[in-house]
Amino acid sequence: MTNSDTRRDSRMTRRKILECMTWAGTGVLWTISGGVPRSLGLLDDRAFAAQPSGVSFLQISDSHVGFDKPANPNAIGTLEEAIRQIKSLPAKPSFMIHTGDVTHLSKPSEFDDADRIISQAGLDVHYVPGEHDFLDEEVKLYRDRYGRNTKGAGWYSFDADGVHFVGLVNVVNLKAGGLGNLGEEQLAWLRDDLGGRSSSTPIVVFAHIPLWTVYPNWGWGTEDGARALDSLKRFGSVTVLNGHIHQVMQKVEGNVTFHTARSTAFPQPAPGSAPSPGPMKVPDDKLRTLLGITDVTFNLGQQRLAIIDKPLQG
Amino acid sequence: MRMILQEMSSALMRTFLLGAAVAVVVLISLHAGKGAAADPAPVDVKIDNFTFAPQRLIVRAGTTVIWRNRDDIPHAVASSSRLFKSKALDTDDTYAFTLTTAGTYEYFCSLHPQMTGTIVVEDQIGGNAMH
Repeated sequence: MTNSDTRRDSRMTRRKILECMTWAGTGVLWTISGGVPRSLGLLDDRAFAAQPSGVSFLQISDSHVGFDKPANPNAIGTLEEAIRQIKSLPAKPSFMIHTGDVTHLSKPSEFDDADRIISQAGLDVHYVPGEHDFLDEEVKLYRDRYGRNTKGAGWYSFDADGVHFVGLVNVVNLKAGGLGNLGEEQLAWLRDDLGGRSSSTPIVVFAHIPLWTVYPNWGWGTEDGARALDSLKRFGSVTVLNGHIHQVMQKVEGNVTFHTARSTAFPQPAPGSAPSPGPMKVPDDKLRTLLGITDVTFNLGQQRLAIIDKPLQG
Repeated sequence: MRMILQEMSSALMRTFLLGAAVAVVVLISLHAGKGAAADPAPVDVKIDNFTFAPQRLIVRAGTTVIWRNRDDIPHAVASSSRLFKSKALDTDDTYAFTLTTAGTYEYFCSLHPQMTGTIVVEDQIGGNAMH
């Protein structure tokens, strides 16, 4: 964002300016993750358009319904704010994806509350589970609710508006000392699922834990994520959307764009900037600038999807 | 037995029950073949800042290890050999497991597997446990 940009649009709102600052922060995080910050394709003028020109869908993540610790004593309230924000979008998204940690402790009441609030957006929601969604004794509450017509621990794919979407599960059968895990069965399914598709089909892969290695010391990565990316490398446009780390990070590698979304519940520290990845307590007036939703717009024929992160406040 | 109990004063009864409890403990100890006079005191492992502390713990056989979660995020304790596994522990929840046989036990958090810990169980502290 330059001064000339500001002059060009004298009606620039405070929200837009802060969104811009958020992206600047994202750039800093790229440096930390060691990725190549090729962001121009993502953060061009299209991102400022009030009306997205292509088809758009929405990502929310890490709602942690039931969380009530100091980092955000009212995670239900901030989820409600996020849903209100979605309802007020000028162009209605086609659908929504939720990249896991719907609940904090997998309690029936938490799943009920999450459903009641998220359904108010009036959109179809495609879920993948986070590790916090499999904590009930029988590990059945998530599957009963969201696992219908899925394989294994809850993976599946679907097509929408010419884009192939793949929801993966990398939060089960985790090994001591390791990271997120997809496992042989799921990797074999993914190869089959992608098998017959034309390389020009845009692919969106979503999973809870980042599929790329963000910060292994905190477990922020997926042990066999590279094998999933191997199956994806022949495709011209691949977008990988994750949650889990409660902050925006982005990286582009060849045809693959990686992106992690903010939580709607509480922020987590930048990699290595705190003793642990635990919930980060920030001043009350700053919390909502670190929570939010992600709007993804795709224009057929464009290589990359436009990904816009919107904080709850700012 | 019921008649005898009914005739005893409550003080006597407490003594009787305590005696019975001690007898049971002694019997269990003998049965385990330790021949120890008393069970070792429980030992705490603190879960804080996504780490187990102490990360490596050396205890005598028969020690109950108590994990307590001090984080604002749930954790779960799982033995790598599947000998023990806790449910998810919310803040300040505890999980206890008694390790009766000498050996080295690796465990981790099944939610955050980068968190690992080791318990070395020895027949006698400083003795030659089989590792």
